[in-house]
Order: sequence, then structure tokens, then C-alpha cells
Amino acid sequence: MSASLVREALDRADAVGAGRDGLNILVAVNPNAERDAERNAERDAERPAGSSGAGTADERPLAGVPVAIKDNIATLDVPTTCGSRILAGYVSPFEATVVERLRDAGAVVLGKTNMDEFAMGSSTEHSAYGPTRNPLDPSRVPGGSSGGSAAAVAAGIVRIALGSETGGSVRQPASFCGVVGVKPTYGRVSRYGLVAFASSLDQVGVLAQSVDDAALALGVIAGHDPRDATSAERAVPDYRRSVRRAATDAAPLAGIVVGRPREYFPAALHGGVRERCEFALDALVRLGATVREVSMPHTDFAIPVYYIVAPAEASSNLARFDGVRYGARVSAEAVTAMYDATRSQGFGPEVTRRILLGTYVLSAGYYDAYYKRAQDVRALITEDFRRVFADGVDLLFTPTTPTPAFKLGSISDPYEMYLNDIFTATANLSGVPAISIPIGVADGLPVGGQIIAPHFGEASMFAAAAALERALGTLARAGRASPAGDRP
Amino acid sequence: MTRDDATAPTGGAERYEMVVGLEVHVQLKTATKAFCSCSAAYGAPPNTNVCPVCLALPGALPVLNAHAVELAARAAIALGCTVHPVSIFARKHYFYPDLPKGYQISQYDQPLATGGSLSIDEQAVRITRVHLEEDAGKSIHDRYPAATAIDLNRAGVPLIEIVSEPDIRSASAAGHYLRALKRVMEYTGVSDVNMEEGSLRVDANVSARMRGATALGTKTEVKNLNSFSNVERALAAEYVRQCAVLVAGGRVEQQTMLWDGVHGTVRPARSKEASHDYRYFPEPDLPPLVVTTEWVDGVRRGLGELPDARAARYGAQYGLGAGDVAALIDKPRVAEYFEAVAAAHGDAKAAANWVLGEVLAALNASNGEIDDFRVRPPALAGLLDLVRDGTVSHAAAKTVFGEMVRGGEPAAAVAQRLGVTQVGDDTALNQWIDEVMAENPIEASRYLAGERKLQGPLVGRIMKKSQGRADPKRVNQLLAARTGG
Repeated sequence: MSASLVREALDRADAVGAGRDGLNILVAVNPNAERDAERNAERDAERPAGSSGAGTADERPLAGVPVAIKDNIATLDVPTTCGSRILAGYVSPFEATVVERLRDAGAVVLGKTNMDEFAMGSSTEHSAYGPTRNPLDPSRVPGGSSGGSAAAVAAGIVRIALGSETGGSVRQPASFCGVVGVKPTYGRVSRYGLVAFASSLDQVGVLAQSVDDAALALGVIAGHDPRDATSAERAVPDYRRSVRRAATDAAPLAGIVVGRPREYFPAALHGGVRERCEFALDALVRLGATVREVSMPHTDFAIPVYYIVAPAEASSNLARFDGVRYGARVSAEAVTAMYDATRSQGFGPEVTRRILLGTYVLSAGYYDAYYKRAQDVRALITEDFRRVFADGVDLLFTPTTPTPAFKLGSISDPYEMYLNDIFTATANLSGVPAISIPIGVADGLPVGGQIIAPHFGEASMFAAAAALERALGTLARAGRASPAGDRP
Repeated sequence: MTRDDATAPTGGAERYEMVVGLEVHVQLKTATKAFCSCSAAYGAPPNTNVCPVCLALPGALPVLNAHAVELAARAAIALGCTVHPVSIFARKHYFYPDLPKGYQISQYDQPLATGGSLSIDEQAVRITRVHLEEDAGKSIHDRYPAATAIDLNRAGVPLIEIVSEPDIRSASAAGHYLRALKRVMEYTGVSDVNMEEGSLRVDANVSARMRGATALGTKTEVKNLNSFSNVERALAAEYVRQCAVLVAGGRVEQQTMLWDGVHGTVRPARSKEASHDYRYFPEPDLPPLVVTTEWVDGVRRGLGELPDARAARYGAQYGLGAGDVAALIDKPRVAEYFEAVAAAHGDAKAAANWVLGEVLAALNASNGEIDDFRVRPPALAGLLDLVRDGTVSHAAAKTVFGEMVRGGEPAAAVAQRLGVTQVGDDTALNQWIDEVMAENPIEASRYLAGERKLQGPLVGRIMKKSQGRADPKRVNQLLAARTGG
């Protein structure tokens, strides 16, 4: 049975043209995927009936389920290249904790998904493999940087894919592709095996076809990992129980106060996005919630702060790609010349830009003015969240992105591209969890709504997301029934 | 006259004084590395003690070794520092092939401990800070032609950096400071402190200033100091160089100097090696290092006796002179050996003489460690007992000791086997006396007539006749008795 799920996924990938010359979703297919699925099935069949392991649904809730993994998460068998020339062909000798946990739950790694190089970008155009196209409209980007994972789910290749977030890289592509995207609390999920971009912001996230699948997958990958000193030693609640309860309750959000932060609804917000958000807020009220207008005054600083902190950490994290031990090396006489050539040719322009920016803001004489000040302002953004949640607001609802998916190549100004993270980067800077779910269509393109919860408030976040998902029906995901990439 | 004075140029240089602060890196004696579970052992085949973390593979993350923190705290407390409840790891960036991550995990503006001191020569050298960090790998330039080999076994091995204030005023004081520091590290079990294996490394900041001035002169950092004596020689050489510049009216340039031990000179490092913007920032992969007061107190209680306290006790308890005390306490295991001998034998002075004399000489000859020394303290005490009760002469005891070192036999058995057991039996002694008196009739008669000064030479001949076995004390008594008292 499980082998057939993998076969179906591979067939679906072929059918939608997920390869390099099509939507360019998968940059590598796991050559052992079918074998892994068969072994999985055999292992499950060998369990004696009635033993404690018989309940595969509990112990191996993803038995046979193919999952796609963003190319910056370490996997055995398949290269991990971060969409970069500098890691072309690099195969990790160890596997990320999240991948181990998926495998332990029975999942099969189908392959690796395209991404903006080293997760730096909001469109999956900045990849050494070339851009990924949005399955719902191949002239448009899927968002980024986890665009390949979002597209893999949107195209119906997999139910669940792993992405990673630093400033919105799961939620923004989820929004653009009409799927669910979760960024958990910082520390909820192990980062061991996630190739670091900005360590204080990075979290592995989940892209899924439904809130229930997202809850399922997050439940599998979450929890303390002794190999990640920043992972939290807190028990993982049963997220799916929250989802089920929301699905059966008549007024699942009774007593819940949902904050509507005015800074997330600026005058310049895309009309269709605004309209879908107001519709979703009305739906939340019908589900029993009280919507309260709130203010988070430091929101506007999120982008400048993010684009100081993230490049600073990136300039440090990417220093290891020096051509000495692994990855690409461009030979030269002297070692410094080798560094120059390897890194200049190995990194793409966006990565180079951010390394230079990050190096600058950490330099002697500039540290206090940029990095330190950015961290101070980051604390104010975090305080905005702390205060609003302390004042009786349970959850926040906002648009995920200012606009629906844009056309490939339409944004050439880096700063304009950075503004895509305007509603998402705050959750990374403050560490709170957030989810984007499809809330409708504008201009024929999916619109995502974002629910933000307090630290480790994933259970109530999932409950609200599930209730809203059900209330809005399948309307928002209508486009996915016939992905544009679906060819005979 | 100190070495510095002797070597300083004349013609104005005597108006200057040397100002030195030392940065000492000490490798902590942990089983595993600072941030991964690889072995930290020295001497393994190249690149065998490595893993994704210390190779800086993509996606690997550091996890702090708790034992390294404990050893660092031991060192800090032993140096009188305050261990801070919260300290922060920071990344120190530079590109070098043996630095896998492109940064070293260190501590910067919030170190583990600050504000200690170390006493040398009646002076306290203030310790600015003690912080934890990881070592880099090793670049081997002379193994392959036109290529550099990298060994990453050492990458990630835990170190502490101990930074002193510029309180040191001479090259010899720097040597004393380093030896005292090494002693503290050995006493606290923090490190093996072996300079050959690189488990203790020294960088020196040195400047010259007018005597009586309070402001510091421009300093240079002297590197590549691979032994304590090289530190002293390099400081002297650099100080002479700086004085020459100043006396000639020039200005000392702030730079890094490399010591060349073969030629006994310092030369400027290439500018690339010299100036770095390390771009420190807090290490986001590691949470702040938090220690409780209770934990620090526990580490303090577990420290045991430190060198200064032991020195004071040896003076008071054993009545030993300062020189003997200093020599005994230099190595903690030697001191413990001495104490065991003194306790078993009872005469601390004799124990000290023997440990500092015969025992250390034997160790030096075999290049061995006292823990592996064949003559254990009870056995040495047994030999000293034989000397004290007259069974073995002092001279013969040295021969017996040599045999004990070689064969591990007890003292009494060796003495018996060698036939060096002292003869105290009057019949045998009188026999030898009679023979010597008969062989030397003139001296004998003069002696018997009252010429007491001849007693020494006569006893010497009697001892010689007995092949050293006669108990000299009894021979003296018997001989004197023949003169009538």
C-alpha cells in the first residue's frame, strides 16, 4: 500500500511537470524512495498483531506517506545543496533530526524541493537550479524561499512537505500557493540538520494540504533534541486533538479573543487581500470569537531589523563554505585567492549581497549602530507581542502577504522583494508561532490569512486555523483542483 | 642585576621599564571536545577525532560540554576570579583553513569569570578575565611540498584563555607568572599543561614606558612562544627593540611580532596575520551559560589545596626552608609523594632531602613521572628508617636506593643482599680498630697519647677497612674509649 503512495506521488510529479524543464519543483528525487516505502511496509507487516506496535496510526502516523523536503534540510541518499552552486552534489553524511522523526513516523522522503539559494528570497527565483513556477499559474512565482515545498503540496504531489522559515519563507509561499504553512515557536522544532541561514530566526516549518496534516506533521517533528541547544525542553501537545475538537464543536472559538493589529492592514494593502481578510475575520466571529482592534506599534521596524539581523548571522553562518572541506572549490595559487574565487563563483548575487550587508553591520565601528540597535528594536517588537497577548488577546489575525503571487521577474528591486516579509518577519523576530491558511481567492489567485499565537501556543493556533478552514470550506483552494501545470 | 637590565641598551634605555600582560591559553583536560562528543585526546592519527559538528558540516550545531564549564570554573576560582551567573558565547570570525566554521566560538564582552589575581615574588598579578573557547585545527606546512595539510583533531577542543593585566615588569617575572599559573592548573586538575603538546600557549603584550609614568606605551603582541624560557627571551628581545626605537626618538608601532627561537629575534608578522576585525557577535546557537551560586560553591569546595596554601602549610607543619618548600610544591604529585614519605618515616627534613635529591634525580635520569616511580613512598620511608636507626649508612643508602629504583626490592632486602648492613657489633668493630692501630703504630701511639685530632683519620681508615659497613658513631665511641674517655 505504502509503495503505491510513493509511486502515485512520482507519477503525479511527472504529470504536473515537476522537473527542471517544467515547474521546477523537485531538484532531486530520492532514488531509494520506493525501496524505503517497501521496507516500511514490510516492517509494519512483521509486527505481531496485538502487540503494542500494532497501532501504526498512533506510532507511525505517516506510514508510507511520501514527503518532500526543502533542499536546505540534510538528508541521506539525496544531495543537500540549498539551491546553491557552492554545494552542488553535496550529500550529507547525517540526517536532520526532523527527517529522522518523519522516517520514524513511517514517512518516505520523496525528494528535495527547490528554494531560494540558502533560503534568501521570497520568490524561489534565486536558485542555482532556476526558478520554480507556481502550479496555480506558471507565469507567477510560488513565493519563497520554500517555494518548491509549497508548490509540491499545491500541485498535489505530496500532502506534506518540510520548509524552513527565517522571515516568512514557509507562510509566504503557502499563501501564494493556496496551501497551509506553519512556522512553529522558535525552539519547538530541532534545527539540527537545517543548514543555518540566521540561527536566531530559523525554524523548520511544515507545508500541507490541510490544517490537520500540518498539525500531524508538526506533532511528529516537534520536541526537544539534545543536538540543538536552542530546542525547548517542553512536552509536545496533541495538535491533532485540537484540530478534531475544533471540527466537532459548534462554536469552537467561543471565548477566544482575536486581535486585529491595525499595522497589518495598511492603506496600501491589496484590495482583494483586505477583502478576504475581512471575510475571514467575520467567519471567526461566527465561530464564536471576539475580534478586537489592537496596535503593535513597532511592526514597521520589522523589515529594517530583519534585514540587519538575518544578514549579520548569515554572513557568519555561511563562512564555513570556504572550499576547504566540502562543496565546490575553485582552485587558485594562494588560499585567500581560492576563498575569493570559490565564494564569488559559488554564491549567487542575492546571497553575496546579504553576506556583504551582514559583514558590514558586524564590522568594528558599525556594530553598535546597526546590529546592536537592531537587536534592541527586535526586543521592542517582541514586547509588542508580549503586551498584546498579556492584555487578553488569545490570537492575532492578519494577512500573510501584502499581495497575491506576483509574476516571475516582476520584482527586480531587492528592497521591494524584502517587503514581501512585512507581515511575517515579526513572528520570526519575536519567536512566536504562526500559520498561514488559504482564505480565498483574489484576482484568481489564492490569498493567505495568518493566525499568530503566543510562544508555544500552537495548539490553540491549530484549533482556530482548523475552525476557520472548515468555515471557509474548500472555496479558497478551488484553484488546486486543476493545477495549471496539470498536463495529460 | 636582572636579565632585562643586563640586555637593555645603554644611553637612555635605563629610563624605561618593561610592561607586560600575558594571554595564556590552557587546554582543558576533558575527555571530549567543547561542543561535540569527539575525543579530545592528543596524538590520534590526523582527522580521526572529527564529526559533523567539528568539521562544520552544513546543518551541524554545537552543544556545550558541561565538564569543560566545570574545569574552566575551577581554574577561574583558583585564580581568585568571580564566576558570573550568566556569561555569553560569541563568535570570533576569521578565515583560515584550519578554522572549519570560519569563526571560533569564544566569549567576548560577557566572559565566564573576571577579576582574579596570581601571586609571584611577593607581587600580585591581576587576572583580567578567564573565558571559555574552542581550539582551531592544525595547519601542517612542512609535510607535503607546496601544500598545506589540515588536521582537525584539535578543532573544537576546549580551552580557557587567561588574560592578565599589564602588571608584569620583567621577563623573569613573566616566567615566574607562567610557572605559578601552570602550577595552579596542575593542582586543580584543569589541564595537563604540556607546552610540547600545545596544551598551554602564551601570547605576550609588551610595551616600554618611562619609569614612573602611569600611562601605558604602545604595545606589541608577541606570538609563537613555545616555551617558558622562550617567553623570557622573546620579551627581553622585544623590549630591547622597543627601547632602541624610543631612545632613537622613534615611535613603537602597534603590531604583532613573531618570535624566532632559532635566531633569538623578533620580527613583525605579515600585516594579514596582524590586524583582524573579528566581527564578534553573540553565538545564536548557544543559549547564555547560566551557573548558580550553589554550583560555583560546589566547584570551590572541590578544589583542594592550592599551591600557595600548601607552601604555607609546609613551612609551618614541617619547618622546612622556603627553597625546599618551593621545590617540593612545584609539582602536586611530587608534593603528595613527599607528604606520604614524611608521614610514614616521621622526619620531614630527611624526607624532603631525599625527595628533592635522589628521587628527583632518578626521575630526571629516566624522564619518568612520579606516579610511575618504582620506589613508592612506604618503600622510601623504609630506607630512611634504616638510615635513622643506623642499620645502613647514609652513603650505602644511596647505593641501596639505586637498587630499589632498578629492581623494586624493599630496602632491607637490598641492604642484606649487598652486604651493606652497618656493623655495630663491638667485637667486629674492635677487631678492625685493632688491625688499623697495628698497621699505623705511629699515629696510634700519638692518638693514645692524647692527640685527639688524629681520631678522624683513624676512623676513616677503620671505615675503609670495613668497606663502609662499620657504624661510624660506634667506632668513634670505641676509639675514644681507648684513650680513657
